[in-house]
Amino acid sequence: MTDPAYYGRPIVKPPVWKREIGWYLFTGGLAGASATMAAMARASGNPVLARRAALVATAAVNVSPALLVKDLGRPERFLNMMRVFKPSSPMNLGSWVLLGSGTATTGATLLDLAGIAPRTRAVLEAIAGVAGLPLSVYTAVLLGDTANPAWHEGRRDLPFLFAAGAAASAGAAGVLATPPEHAGPARRAMLLGTVGSQVAETVMERRIGAVARAYATGEAGRYRRTARILDGAGLALSLARGRRVRRLGAGLLLAGAAASRFAVFKAGFQAAEDPRYLLETQQDGRRQGVGAGR
Amino acid sequence: MSARTEAWPDTYGAEARPRMGFFTDTSVCIGCKACEVACKEWNLVPEDGLVWSGESFDNTSALGANSWRHVAFVEQTTPLRVDGDGADGEGEEPFRWLMSSDVCKHCTESACLNVCPTGAIFRTELGTVVVQEDVCNGCGYCVPACPFGVLDRRELPAPDRGGRADGRVWKCTLCYDRTREGMTPACAQACPTESIQYGPLDELRERAAGRLDKVVADGFAGARLYGDDPGDGVGGFGAFFLLLDEPETYGLPPQPRDSTRDLGGMWRTAAVAGAALLAGLGAAFLAGRDGAGS
Amino acid sequence: MGSNMAEAHPVGFQWVMEARERGADVIHVDPRFSRTSAMATRYVRTRAGTDVAFLGGIIRYILEHGREFREYVLNYTNAPVVIDEGYQDTEDLDGLFSGWDRKRGSYDTSTWQYAGMEVHASAGQRELGANQGEGAGHGGHGAGLSHGEPPEVDLTLEHPRCVYQILKRHYARYTPELVEEVCGVPREAFVEVAEALCQNSGRERTSSIVYSVGWTQHTTGVQYIRSAAIIQLLLGNVGRPGGGIMALRGHSSIQGSTDIPTLYNILPGYIPMPHAHAHDNLGQFVEMNTSPSGFWGNMTAYTVSLLKAWWGSRATPENDFCFDYLPRITGDHSIYPTVMGMLDGSVKGFLVVGQNPAVGSANSGLHRRAMANLDWLVVRDFVETESAAFWYDSPEVESGELDPAAIGTEVFFLPAAAHTEKDGSFTNTQRLLQWHHKAVEPKGDCRSDLWFYYHLGRLIREKLADSEEERDRPVKELSWHYPTAGEIADPNAEAVLREINGWDANDDALSSYLDLKDDGSTACGCWIYCGCFADETNQPARRTPASEQSWVAPEWAWAWPANRRILYNRASADPEGKPWSERKRYVWWDEGEGRWTGEDVPDFQPDKRPDYRPPDGAKAQDAIAGNHPFIMQPDGRGWLFVPAGIVDGPLPTHYEPDESPHTNPLYAQEANPARQRFRRPLNERNPRGDRYPYVFTTYRLTEHHTAGGMSRFVPYLSELQPAMFCEVSPELARERGLAHGGWATVVTARAEIEARVVVTERMAPVAIEGDVVHQIGLPYHWGSRGLTTGDSANDLLEAVLDPNVHIQESKVATCDIRPGRRSRGSGRAVPR
Repeated sequence: MTDPAYYGRPIVKPPVWKREIGWYLFTGGLAGASATMAAMARASGNPVLARRAALVATAAVNVSPALLVKDLGRPERFLNMMRVFKPSSPMNLGSWVLLGSGTATTGATLLDLAGIAPRTRAVLEAIAGVAGLPLSVYTAVLLGDTANPAWHEGRRDLPFLFAAGAAASAGAAGVLATPPEHAGPARRAMLLGTVGSQVAETVMERRIGAVARAYATGEAGRYRRTARILDGAGLALSLARGRRVRRLGAGLLLAGAAASRFAVFKAGFQAAEDPRYLLETQQDGRRQGVGAGR
Repeated sequence: MSARTEAWPDTYGAEARPRMGFFTDTSVCIGCKACEVACKEWNLVPEDGLVWSGESFDNTSALGANSWRHVAFVEQTTPLRVDGDGADGEGEEPFRWLMSSDVCKHCTESACLNVCPTGAIFRTELGTVVVQEDVCNGCGYCVPACPFGVLDRRELPAPDRGGRADGRVWKCTLCYDRTREGMTPACAQACPTESIQYGPLDELRERAAGRLDKVVADGFAGARLYGDDPGDGVGGFGAFFLLLDEPETYGLPPQPRDSTRDLGGMWRTAAVAGAALLAGLGAAFLAGRDGAGS
Repeated sequence: MGSNMAEAHPVGFQWVMEARERGADVIHVDPRFSRTSAMATRYVRTRAGTDVAFLGGIIRYILEHGREFREYVLNYTNAPVVIDEGYQDTEDLDGLFSGWDRKRGSYDTSTWQYAGMEVHASAGQRELGANQGEGAGHGGHGAGLSHGEPPEVDLTLEHPRCVYQILKRHYARYTPELVEEVCGVPREAFVEVAEALCQNSGRERTSSIVYSVGWTQHTTGVQYIRSAAIIQLLLGNVGRPGGGIMALRGHSSIQGSTDIPTLYNILPGYIPMPHAHAHDNLGQFVEMNTSPSGFWGNMTAYTVSLLKAWWGSRATPENDFCFDYLPRITGDHSIYPTVMGMLDGSVKGFLVVGQNPAVGSANSGLHRRAMANLDWLVVRDFVETESAAFWYDSPEVESGELDPAAIGTEVFFLPAAAHTEKDGSFTNTQRLLQWHHKAVEPKGDCRSDLWFYYHLGRLIREKLADSEEERDRPVKELSWHYPTAGEIADPNAEAVLREINGWDANDDALSSYLDLKDDGSTACGCWIYCGCFADETNQPARRTPASEQSWVAPEWAWAWPANRRILYNRASADPEGKPWSERKRYVWWDEGEGRWTGEDVPDFQPDKRPDYRPPDGAKAQDAIAGNHPFIMQPDGRGWLFVPAGIVDGPLPTHYEPDESPHTNPLYAQEANPARQRFRRPLNERNPRGDRYPYVFTTYRLTEHHTAGGMSRFVPYLSELQPAMFCEVSPELARERGLAHGGWATVVTARAEIEARVVVTERMAPVAIEGDVVHQIGLPYHWGSRGLTTGDSANDLLEAVLDPNVHIQESKVATCDIRPGRRSRGSGRAVPR
């Protein structure tokens, strides 16, 4: 038998999700971290950044459900997500978080634009700020809570990767949306997040052994390389002098964060298509006498 | 050893019935595919492609939304029996042809059920796992969650959608409509050699242990039970097997695991990542305390 | 052997699996490693078309090592009978038996007779009497039995012309070495099989042989089965539980189609069809076709009762019971000569009912071309098969050879009802009649065959109502009144069953064929089915579960004859009437009751004592002694040597198939000299040699059914096997450059077809006479119509037949194979 497993066919199925979900991994983090950043900006007396970040968060948090609904097999049944409150399902919890976060973010922004009910607005903003944290990282749990070897094996690192990515995206968007004199924290968040993202990725690939090839090859590998180039160029430009150069840098880093998210997304498909990835994670355990799961 | 699950029979109370399941004894499977046809006829599963695979006599290839029983064929140049005698021509290379009818395992700890965000997937009073097709909105989360690659989304047109894709996830229902009336599932009913046996899971496990002893005593090489152990990664299968080779030979995972077992750890990791995000963003703001911007 | 039971009879195969679970040895001998081989305890690969040599080797092994069940053989077979002194064997005549007439291409069988007695056949070609093909031999029986035995019998089995010694001489050269040379079976493997069979036979144990069309579809098909009969008789396996020879039929009611026949040369219950020039009246017919001894001695009663069923009160002793109304045959009217007649213009019309010759017959292209030459064609089926659509959808139309506008055949396609849409019965392999009930009404214009023929007959009779013509009287005077019901006037199938069962003068349903009379007081549509409606009950409809009856299960459905489950079961007891062993007791003589009794209906006159010896001149069953179980034979003995009824030899002998890459190592005579060939364009034989160096065999897949009408139009089946393919060994793939998953074209002198390539170790070359013979496997289900389409394997075959039963040789022929798809359009290779 030259084919691995059964005629080389997948053992676990690749996801049925389409590009919309890849984008959602990006917009969710962007929305969540932007909301948190907006709240922090408010608290540190930076209303310009607070409003700009809030606008970014609002846009992202409303695009997100549209992406999710579009990807459903039966979009008209999207409300069924709210039929239950189900802690065992990261997607269910995430839907609630998205709902809460979206309502709070959008509400706060509308009140802010209208210039009314400032106390209500402040409360909503704070809620959005807090909700922004789980919103930024829960998708990592969602991916990790599958049988997919690339994602499941990466479950200890994906949350950090996504958190860093969220910070990088929110920071970059903040830089692009805010006059530089007010965008300082965004810029620092952007730089910190980008570096953190690359570190998390490297740590993950070291930890998961042979399965790392799913992230490094094929379409996933191309996204990953693109992300590295964009991040590298973006960091360089962001540390250079000049407003326009720095804005370009921020743009590149925003794109890099998106590319990084797609690399993770695509890696899951590849890791399922070739059954050797799954066998790698399960036969190893058996040979080493390790019990079910690690 | 009790074949129980967490949410049942506690949730069903008096309505709970003995847990029912399948024992598929592949040592007597003759590869006739009556199970595939009976299942499709009873459940009105659509024909899903006239595609010749060239993979021995298997043109079904895998379980999916439109194949709930899948007969696998594996041709091997190894003898059927341990002592080399048996279905190998004298003077020829030894040869055996393994045949096995795969099906949804109706796991005790069911990842698909656990991750389903709408609660469409539920456990019946018989302990089987069923998708409610009037609830499922086709989010597709269960697809990568299943450690066996059983579930899939049906893209074929649905009659109630005027030619548009069905969009929901479908899988073996263990003929819920038959079994709750005390009838035998269609595949077990049709199987001429009783390779597929239906009954109370406790009884099946006992019978299978005895059967394994006999098969081993009869000299069949590689005989083993797969999924009979409540101590395995999914708490034991509701539909388990007697195989004549390693699970991966049949396209089955060697160490299937319900990823929900790791969910607690994943949320903890996410919480730390969220805290790190909070800290990182906070640092971005604090660092700018002396000298804003830039 | 000659069977892929797991594949083609999966439901019946569960019992083989059950036996295997209980420790039975399941031996599969076949050119291919099939789904049956995968379940067997022992698989032996053999060359297609050489089973007679293999089985002959077993016969020799048995005799050589004295493994025969001596007491059984002596008393129950014709081993001790001495044969005519004019008999010469294939050993004497280099592959021919005595009596071969080269000009006529047939045998004069008079030298095959028992010494001093002319024996009538109990089956086979008997319509012209004992000496088939010759003017002599009607009338006078010569001497009959003497005290229930043929005139010359040697119970020491030493007489040089006794059957036993003839058998030994005939098979002397069928050594394990020869089997290896001819079949490609390593001698050790062969000896293991022979030994296993011998060890599992005798008083305490019995073995069973199973075959299907892998044995029958050869130019020596009947001799394959005869070989098994000889083995089982020598080993004492006939008429005993766990023994016997199982003929697995090609579809669910083919047994029924020979019992109530759709065959041209027999009437219901295997009464021969009268011959135009030989049988002027009933008496002559019976005399020529019956045997004075054995149950065929009652042929008059069976025939008269049949005639009473068909012509009712019109059939009287004065008019010979309307015997003259029966159609007559004048020769061979089987399907292949008939198709040749279509090509030659002598056959104008054709009714094709539930058959698809455009795909299913040998040289199917010839059949399609033949149908294009008809004036009219009626096809009844539930899909528009290739046979119905040949005139616009066929390879000949695709290539341009035939033009739909130029085909003059008027084609009527009449939709048929499926078995779920009508009442009726199936008669299966076990001779079991099982009733099925209508579950739903047929849709639209679909009608059952019963409806069709009943109303066709009704309409024809209406049209003939005013006719004065003599030739119309048979149809007009038929008893043709069956109750009908419902909107579509569906005839009552149970009423037909009851007529088949028959009734007596009081119109009470008969219980047994023993009650049939020759004076016209009984009517019976088929004597072997008599009893199926006993007690005015539809016996085939019975469904008593196994848990509520004995292990023989006599209350599930009804078996012919007389609900007897194992035929010749008196052989399960010794000559004194005691079971051969406790373990294998089945039927025995109860001295106290003065009757035969046991687990099954005894296949013997119930009160005939084991020590009964018939007086000279005794008739019919009374002429059979109490220690002779084979009551249909004139001498009551199982025939190891067949003196009458088989046209190509009293003993099986190895002939090469009509097309073979190798010469016959045993004799100068290569192939069966009596085989039926049709030498004409489009039906040429492949020349021997390098042009067609490979052997191919055709077969079935579980997922499809025969010529595809019932499976290729069904989505759930079509998707299981969605493409025509060929199976080749890795060695052949290398030799010819075939790639797994690619295409190949298989070529013979008749046609070329294309198929997807499956390279598999399940196929392997065999070593024959120092050479390597590659074998190619071809499923034959595909045609141009339906959800899955493909080329028809049967296009490749020559129409060449077994001479006894006119069955085509479709299990072995030669061919060439090359990679790639076949030519198309006008470039398609048309046979030369």
